[in-house]
Amino acid sequence: MSGAPAGVPDTRANGYNSMSFTATLEPAAAAPARPSDATMSPPPPIRRARTGIADRLFAWAARGAALLTLGLLVAIMASLVVGGWPAIRAFGPGFVTSAVWDPVRQEFGGLVMIYGTVVTSLIALLIAVPVSFGIALFLTELSPAWLKRPLGTAIELLAAIPSIVYGMWGLLVFAPILSAWVQRPLQGWFGQVPVLGALFSGPPVGIGILSAGIILAIMIILFIASVMRDVFEVTPALLKESAYGLGATTWEVVWRVVLPYTKTGVIGGIMLGLGCALGETMAVTFVIGNMNQLGSLSLFEAANSITSALANEFAEAGPGLHQASLIYLGLVLFFITFVVLACSKLLLARLAKGEGTKS
Amino acid sequence: MKPLTKHILSCLALCAAVATPALAQQVATGAGASFPAPLYAKWAADYHKATGVKINYQSVGSGAGLRQIDAKTVDFGASDAPLTDEDLAKKGLVQFPTVVGGVIPVVHIAGIKPGELKLSGAVLADIYLGKVAKWNDAAITALNPGLKLPDAPIAPVRRADGSGTTNAFTNYLSQVSPEWKAKVGEGTAVNWPSGAGGKGNEGVAAFVGRLANSIGYVEYAYVKQNKMTYVQLQNADGKFVTPGDTSFKAAAAGADWAKSFHQVLNNKPGADAWPITTATYILMHAKQDKPENARNVLKFFDWVYTHGDAAAAELDYVPMPAAVKTLIRERAFGAIQDGAGKAIAYQ
Repeated sequence: MSGAPAGVPDTRANGYNSMSFTATLEPAAAAPARPSDATMSPPPPIRRARTGIADRLFAWAARGAALLTLGLLVAIMASLVVGGWPAIRAFGPGFVTSAVWDPVRQEFGGLVMIYGTVVTSLIALLIAVPVSFGIALFLTELSPAWLKRPLGTAIELLAAIPSIVYGMWGLLVFAPILSAWVQRPLQGWFGQVPVLGALFSGPPVGIGILSAGIILAIMIILFIASVMRDVFEVTPALLKESAYGLGATTWEVVWRVVLPYTKTGVIGGIMLGLGCALGETMAVTFVIGNMNQLGSLSLFEAANSITSALANEFAEAGPGLHQASLIYLGLVLFFITFVVLACSKLLLARLAKGEGTKS
Repeated sequence: MKPLTKHILSCLALCAAVATPALAQQVATGAGASFPAPLYAKWAADYHKATGVKINYQSVGSGAGLRQIDAKTVDFGASDAPLTDEDLAKKGLVQFPTVVGGVIPVVHIAGIKPGELKLSGAVLADIYLGKVAKWNDAAITALNPGLKLPDAPIAPVRRADGSGTTNAFTNYLSQVSPEWKAKVGEGTAVNWPSGAGGKGNEGVAAFVGRLANSIGYVEYAYVKQNKMTYVQLQNADGKFVTPGDTSFKAAAAGADWAKSFHQVLNNKPGADAWPITTATYILMHAKQDKPENARNVLKFFDWVYTHGDAAAAELDYVPMPAAVKTLIRERAFGAIQDGAGKAIAYQ
């Protein structure tokens, strides 16, 4: 309010002042609505009561929304446990270590899918984090001003592409390229080397764990890069200029100043990307090959992921163990993402603690 | 507040007014198999044009179709795999076939044209078992004297999603290969010993089209529309046959429909019979809670059996033989009763 200058005269004439204030306001604003009422009951209390209800309503609504989220979480967990109960009872914790998935004999184990989900997501992170870091670094420190906007927009546009388009592109365009230009040369060079050879064995057809990982990487780069860019940009210019003033190179400024300053945001962005990679379905289904095998550790071999198995088999799964096992798989995925989130929180808490002692 | 509630009320009234005729018009709903879905949609559209009655079919998959007809949420279910007569009796269901289709092995080998490669069921099973791993394996060259086959590993492709197509294919492999039957078995989804999985017929077609030296299996319509390289398959009579209307019809003729509608058309005798042939089925409850809806469904399928053959042929499905249609009208339609136990009149 503008009508509260320095203290003394104001407190003495408070009642009068406010009266006159409302009196002058009343004819202009509220008079047409109820002209006779204006003199009888002072409008401010009414208004206050109204806002009180509105405030409380809003608070309830906000609390309700928060509780709804919590309730939904609990409900989803409960329905997963109930739906998957026959499989949980039949296979127990051994479900996650068994690699058999045989709908004919009603024997189910989720190891192949869990392995596929985790490994493709890790490959995606391995590729996406350095690339995103480079993109963010370039956009905030190196890029000429005229290039910043179009490049930034282009990255954000990647988010507008539906994941099924990534999948189709991966299968029809990317897989042949990967097969001809990456997998065959890699097999040629490393085929006889002991450990690497095993990683690169298998048919070089362009579908499998590696392609799924690369497609996932392309999809999550945009998340990680845009978060990194945003947090890099909030680093105070003062800090950076000081470092530059001390003779630091761009790399040293980013590595020693910007990154420590923004590590919370950077880790948050990476975890967001990892969460997306773990849950991505359609793009993975197209390129992973959907094969339940764990015979070799080859990156070229077709494999399966949790989400892909769910998407493929749920519609035709008969009631009973098959369906329950798929729901059990969903529960496992829920658990994996939960652990990932919890780990990232723990990591952030550790870092925050370290910050306190260091300086 | 008041004008707002009024507004909402009038909106609701309007919605109801718009929705009621639409609901009243949609007189029968069905759900199930995706393989015949394009044909059912075409039939429903033609039927709507001819009679003004609307049939709504949801392509949700055979498994989901069975669940829905069990729960009575739909008036008819559709499944690619027939139920056994015991199962039908247990569930109180009646089933009848609508059309016949074939599952066709397709290959992608440089220099091989459609119909050039010949395979037998046993070799096909060995390929999917991973035992015959190269195209120039002696088992394949013995069937194809004079055909130049590459010294390249075979890349088997199969369905990743559960499907009636897989059910027919694995049923056939189980019939012709004891080893397949023991190791893998049959079902809408099985534990495949080898091979990459594509989602849907279109996924398998895309894989086979893309991967050199691959082999896959798809519905006939996909072979025709995508001009894929189909193979000749050796049937129960030892003859090599080309997939097509004639060979599917020959397989359907080899079944004893008068005995039961539960017919597995795989590996039927007959010089022209295509060995992997399957009929697709409609399921209805024998005792109807809503006889009016059942009457509409029966009227629809009665119309389909009379007027629907051209549409079926257009979409590469094979209609049932006339004798089988008569049997269906007599046995299946006649078995569907209202609450009082009287057969529902549909004509």
